[in-house]
Amino acid sequence: MRYLPLTADDRSAMLDVIGASSIDELFKDVPEAARLAVPIDLPPFAGELEVERRLSAMAAKNISAGSVPFFVGAGAYRHHVPATVDHLIQRSEFLTAYTPYQPEISQGTTQALFEFQTQVALITGMDVANASMYDGSTACSEAVMMAFRLTKRKKAVLSGTLHPHYRSVVETMEKYDADEENLTIFCPYSADGKEDLASQIDEDTACVVVQNPSFFGNARDLTALADAVHAKGALLIVVVPEVVSLGLMKSPGEMGADIVVGEGQSIGNALSFGGPYLGLFATRQKFVRQMPGRLSGETQDANGKRGYVLTLSTREQHIRREKATSNICTNSGLCCLAFTVHMALLGEAGFTRLAKLNHQSAVKTAEALEGISGVEILTDAFFNEFTIRLPKPATEVIEALAAKGVIGGLPVSRLVPGDASLGDLLVVASTETNTDADRAAFAAALREVLQ
Amino acid sequence: MNRQGRPTSAGAPSPSAAPETFSGSRGLEQDEPLLFEIGRDGMTGVDLPAPDEALNSRLGGLDREGAIGLPGVSEPEVVRHFVRLSQKNYSIDAGLYPLGSCTMKHNPRLNEKMARLPGFGDIHPLQPASTVQGALELMEELAHWLTTITGMPGVALSPKAGAHGELCGLMAIRAALDARGEARTRVLVPESAHGTNPATAAACGYEVGTIPVTEEGRVDVAALRESLGPDVAAIMVTNPNTCGLFERDIIEIAEAIHEVGGYFYCDGANLNAIMGRVRPGDLGVDAMHINLHKTFSTPHGGGGPGAGPVVLSEALTPFAPLPFVRRAGDGFELVEDESQVKGEQPFGRLVAFHGQMGMFVRALSYMLSHGGDGLRQAAEDAVLSANYILASLQDVMTPSFEGPCMHEALFDDRFLEGTGVTTLDFAKAMIDEGYHPMTMYFPLVVHGAMLIEPTESESKESVDRFIRTMRGLTQKAKEGDTERFSGAPYFAPRARLNETGAARKPILRYTPPEASAQAAE
Amino acid sequence: MTMKYTEDHEWVRAEGGEATIGISPYAAEQLGDVVYVELPDLGKSYKAGDEAATVESVKAASEVYSPVSGEITAVNDALEGNPALVNESADGEGWFFKIKLANEGELAKLMDEAAYKEFVAGLE
Repeated sequence: MRYLPLTADDRSAMLDVIGASSIDELFKDVPEAARLAVPIDLPPFAGELEVERRLSAMAAKNISAGSVPFFVGAGAYRHHVPATVDHLIQRSEFLTAYTPYQPEISQGTTQALFEFQTQVALITGMDVANASMYDGSTACSEAVMMAFRLTKRKKAVLSGTLHPHYRSVVETMEKYDADEENLTIFCPYSADGKEDLASQIDEDTACVVVQNPSFFGNARDLTALADAVHAKGALLIVVVPEVVSLGLMKSPGEMGADIVVGEGQSIGNALSFGGPYLGLFATRQKFVRQMPGRLSGETQDANGKRGYVLTLSTREQHIRREKATSNICTNSGLCCLAFTVHMALLGEAGFTRLAKLNHQSAVKTAEALEGISGVEILTDAFFNEFTIRLPKPATEVIEALAAKGVIGGLPVSRLVPGDASLGDLLVVASTETNTDADRAAFAAALREVLQ
Repeated sequence: MNRQGRPTSAGAPSPSAAPETFSGSRGLEQDEPLLFEIGRDGMTGVDLPAPDEALNSRLGGLDREGAIGLPGVSEPEVVRHFVRLSQKNYSIDAGLYPLGSCTMKHNPRLNEKMARLPGFGDIHPLQPASTVQGALELMEELAHWLTTITGMPGVALSPKAGAHGELCGLMAIRAALDARGEARTRVLVPESAHGTNPATAAACGYEVGTIPVTEEGRVDVAALRESLGPDVAAIMVTNPNTCGLFERDIIEIAEAIHEVGGYFYCDGANLNAIMGRVRPGDLGVDAMHINLHKTFSTPHGGGGPGAGPVVLSEALTPFAPLPFVRRAGDGFELVEDESQVKGEQPFGRLVAFHGQMGMFVRALSYMLSHGGDGLRQAAEDAVLSANYILASLQDVMTPSFEGPCMHEALFDDRFLEGTGVTTLDFAKAMIDEGYHPMTMYFPLVVHGAMLIEPTESESKESVDRFIRTMRGLTQKAKEGDTERFSGAPYFAPRARLNETGAARKPILRYTPPEASAQAAE
Repeated sequence: MTMKYTEDHEWVRAEGGEATIGISPYAAEQLGDVVYVELPDLGKSYKAGDEAATVESVKAASEVYSPVSGEITAVNDALEGNPALVNESADGEGWFFKIKLANEGELAKLMDEAAYKEFVAGLE
């Protein structure tokens, strides 16, 4: 077995040193009733070729996004990742390194994290960022919990146009958290994404959580909302599902956000059917000691050389145990590094141009679709995603499009099944990977399906 | 004819003449500044087409004004920057990590190749289910392997890491109790538990009661019985435990908690010791998270991503969170919303989308490669290797408990008494020897703990070399060579770092010098 | 002036109806280098045993409980810029906060210096 270096002779020599006659003796503390008498019912070991065949067969049953005209977003976006990224993150010293708890031999990781934190703070327009969380949805729920701690208030107001999965995660976390009085309020909204959040805020509001661009794609100026939130002593949490939007749009920091969370997958990371992704988390300097997650900080070594270490870890579970700020142990390490490398390659010029290309791609896609009879675009201002109303149920349309080899978008009813009024809505994303040919194919197929 | 040539013999050694270098680098060890210190305006490492200036904006006037401040670097510079950074890292590919509780085993590259197949890497979680049947099949296959290995009927795949899995397990327990109309208030945790256990229990609103550990390093069952009552929702026990020992009374412990109507949460961090030989399901476990990045070789990546699926008993399976995969006719469907359930009572949703698919592919690739027989052999080799280390070091270091141990061996700092060398100093000296230190100061039940876990991936030669090194260091400590330890590490890219300073005045991002000068004014 | 101690290693120096509170040198040593102190708000009232402050080192974070009841009259702002004072002078310049005693009788329940020394000796 290629992964197991011990030979029969090795095992025998080791048993001799231990003074045991067989491996069974080493398992003597296992109660008799629990010892497996027969091997577990699983296939025997397999060589690489066989494993490749097995898994490739499964992979072949999936339609990859790159093989067809593809327009799905809704929290995960298909972008081009330069070849350098995947090559660098697979270097042994990055891929197979442990968490940097021994900083003297982990400077590669800790310095890269410091660079990541800086990039995230810059693009979000905030003071400080952590070294990533599991994903955007858990970062969002952590932000809500941080707001409860900071304000000592009990209510979190969630925008109706927050990604339904994110809403569900926040509600689940709040339902089972330690404080029974904490509650979340979900703000009513209309299909064009408009809602009146300011009216939901009162003196007991800890935070208002709003996604920008929204789940429906609306790009909004949140400055007025930030003022209304602050006037009541609450905190504004802005959720950024598509980090590329920060290359073109005014930053949440500029708009007055207190905490910015987001999904970093768009930069450096493949779609990968939903994971692994990475959560972005940034806030103001005054809140830094309440920020969850790992942090890399600058310091000096005994010889006066600059170096980087994990810091402010007393907030974390392995030290504070019951009083931890969160139970999170892990950051998204390698996904975070992929983000850092991709962002390094892009730089200011590349990131801003990429964002512009995304917006233009969406504009062209919108133009290609709005000419189709029966199709109405509901989103006035958008970045790279918008909602269209169809004359038929969107799920039917999507299945029909798939049969024609086009993956046209996300039917809203898939994520919000309870609301019949949303049944004809489709959320369409368009990135720099979509070509004019894709758009033409989409439009043609949609025309046919709607006839 | 070339009469000059160049000298080819090594000449006499002159070790003390090593100079200070101008570049800051020393041979292959390159010093590398921050990205922000090498970047410049306008440079980029990506060639993107020029945007169409004639196209109308539909952004609603929300364009950013002013620069972001990201540095611009060319591709060669990016490669060099990160390659140089990588060279400052220790990694499992480069050396043994004797890290107890972490199971730092070999990360096969086949796993990476499989995860990058376009059919796995380039599929969107929200594509129509008919276009991703292979992905759903893989999740089902992984679920099958996990439930078979552990002997449990159900599994929740979505938790993104071990701690997240603990949260999942406790929420399922709370949901099950809610369904019975019982609001219990306490969770019991042994004092040797990993910090995530009580943190998770507290996060779910439970009061945490601590159970002492006996002199034999195991849960004090008598004390546990005394603490049990109808107000106890669950116990959280690690087995094999954090002292590297199998809990002999585990079945009795499970029966005790079940008797009072509570649930048994098992921290599965140490599953590597028992695969193929013991099934947690046979021990009475109700929920157990599995660390795919420990037991099933998905890479640690410098801190993540992990994956923490949770296997569940008959009693808890109905409460598994959304989403989950279900067979539908000839294929599979994804149950993502309450409206699709058929009798299940999911407690909610823990994360957007469906879980760490990239890690599922890697873990399944590892499992298929090993097979049932290979996994059993891996567990046996892991246990063998740890006992070999215990037997080879017990005369010079101080094991905390009598063996046999499972896949990890626990020592404490009694053997360093009077030497002036602490566990921390000893660990830093290991760095000079080319080893990542073992797990230190955990578990808290012994003083100056040193928890050593070789895993099955180490050859006997590698383990022997490690043993020789540990014996040598122990000898030096006892001889009073304190400087070797207190000044270590001498050979790493950095000497010991000032963590106090980092925490007192946190500098968590780069600020350009002019900006910080302005801020000071 | 009376100097009293609690089992949680807080010290109380009471004089003229006001008490100064900090953590003992023993506690400071156990914590290691103090990196941050979170102090109570001025004017806030606490009962004996309430959590009033937090002290953080690199390896641990601990709650500091008020040994006596009363209203906070002063906090040691110097600790913000220089938390090291807690290690350098735990029972002097490293004081945490002052409280106006609501009930002087509470002091009688606390340990005097000799009793505290014995208590600490018993822990080691």
